[in-house]
Amino acid sequence: MPTTFDLTITVNGTRYERSVEPRTLLSDFLRHNLGLTGTHVGCEHGVCGACSVLMDGQPVRSCLMFAVQAHGHEITTVEGLGTRDELHPIQQAFQEAHGLQCGFCTPGILTTVKAFLEQNPNPSEEEIREALSGNLCRCTGYQHIIEAVELAAEKMRG
Amino acid sequence: MKPAPFEYFAPASTDEALSLLAEHGYDAKVLAGGQSLIPMMNFRLVQPSILVDLNNIAELAYIREGDDGGLRIGAMTRHRQVETSPLAAERAPLIHVAMSKIAYPQVRTRGTFGGSVSHADPSAELPALSLALGGKFRLRSQRGERWVAAEDFFVSLFTTVLEPDELLVEASIPPMPPRSGWSLQEVARRPHDFALMGVAAVVTLNEKGVCDGARLVFISAGDRPIAAERAAESLKGQAPSSKVMEEAAEIASMQEIDPSSDIHATAEFRRHLANVLTRRALEQAFQRAAETKQEG
Ligand SMILES: Cc1cc2nc3c(=O)[nH]c(=O)nc-3n(C[C@H](O)[C@H](O)[C@H](O)COP(=O)(O)OP(=O)(O)OC[C@H]3O[C@@H](n4cnc5c(N)ncnc54)[C@H](O)[C@@H]3O)c2cc1C
Ligand code: FES
Ligand code: FES
Repeated sequence: MPTTFDLTITVNGTRYERSVEPRTLLSDFLRHNLGLTGTHVGCEHGVCGACSVLMDGQPVRSCLMFAVQAHGHEITTVEGLGTRDELHPIQQAFQEAHGLQCGFCTPGILTTVKAFLEQNPNPSEEEIREALSGNLCRCTGYQHIIEAVELAAEKMRG
Repeated sequence: MKPAPFEYFAPASTDEALSLLAEHGYDAKVLAGGQSLIPMMNFRLVQPSILVDLNNIAELAYIREGDDGGLRIGAMTRHRQVETSPLAAERAPLIHVAMSKIAYPQVRTRGTFGGSVSHADPSAELPALSLALGGKFRLRSQRGERWVAAEDFFVSLFTTVLEPDELLVEASIPPMPPRSGWSLQEVARRPHDFALMGVAAVVTLNEKGVCDGARLVFISAGDRPIAAERAAESLKGQAPSSKVMEEAAEIASMQEIDPSSDIHATAEFRRHLANVLTRRALEQAFQRAAETKQEG
């Protein structure tokens, strides 16, 4: 038996205690151990951004961290944004502005945008493109994503 | 589960990390931001049996003013910290400006200064910029401490003078001399990707507006950051003009760099880029140097 590590981690406000092998990636931990499959896994080498989540409010690649490294930290995944009945304003904006097609890239984009709009509530188009430079989308051509972020910013400013 | 199994240690102090490395050196790998190491572990290109994680060592993350008026950067300082540091912007604008060219926001949250320098990727910015600015690195092991200048630190592809039991703990970036200007020019397929070719220029003018010293360091131009010394020498004693800049660009791109061909670009195309980028970099650097001269 490989040695395991006992970790305590808060995901979307819920505290979890689990025992994992140190080599478990945070992305796999979220999906396999916690069943939170909203976080997608594309490339597993840091290029696509589908696995982006927030750690203590900052965007990170969950495929480039071991779950043990999140011990004692707070993680926010796409499941922590809104619910099916009550979407987060960013999710509403993506729905209204057609900011997604297949939806594979969307969880990573939504979490990244959440951190971004908290730091910069009134961004320019260029700043939005910069903030999303680490998130690949193979469907939309990005234009509607940019528009969705602009709409989300507007909604969140109230 | 992608990486091979390993034993995991997360020391809370540098001393503790050094004692783990003294014990396990050859079997152990240091984990900093993990933004280069974990992709390689995911592909099983590397399979360390022991990982020494530095992320809990708070004492290694800082940006301070150096005694020389330059910058001291702790090894575990994140790219994002440097990107948002007013002190870094003031004391090492070349490094500060480069941060926005290094990867993406999610990678910059984790990636560290020490990790990037220790990884010694010839396509990375920080090794080249440390060299262009005449920086040096503080290395520690249980055997002692030594300072190594950037020009002696990078050995070859992903290889530095770091011994298995050593940690890079700090970078020291000296201030540029008065009447200096700088520039970083790159071409990448998409913004923030590793550059197909890049060059950093640092130039200094004397009171009469003649070039007193220059440094040109290339990114993605060989097996480590490549300093074009003859090109830099050719600028010394000259008043900046398009002619001298073109000559320097020709020497650097045709004689001093050693780019290779890969799926992204041919060596010939990279030389062409190096030539064009050197001219642009020198023009901007001399311009900036001339402006500081007026201010001062
Ligand atoms: C998609 C993507 C795009 C990227 N694009 C760029 C780019 O355009 N430009 C660029 O410069 N970089 C880029 N990077 C790399 C990024 O900047 C990395 O953060 C950096 O190269 C490595 O730093 P790290 O802290 O993540 O180190 P790690 O990955 O943790 O470590 C890298 C290596 O250095 C060793 N090491 C780390 N710290 C120390 C230390 N203090 N002492 C001794 N040895 C140590 C490790 O053992 C390992 O061998 C990119 C990364 C990704 C995933
Ligand atoms: S799966 Fe993590 S960046 Fe692609
Ligand atoms: S919506 Fe399909 S990848 Fe972005």
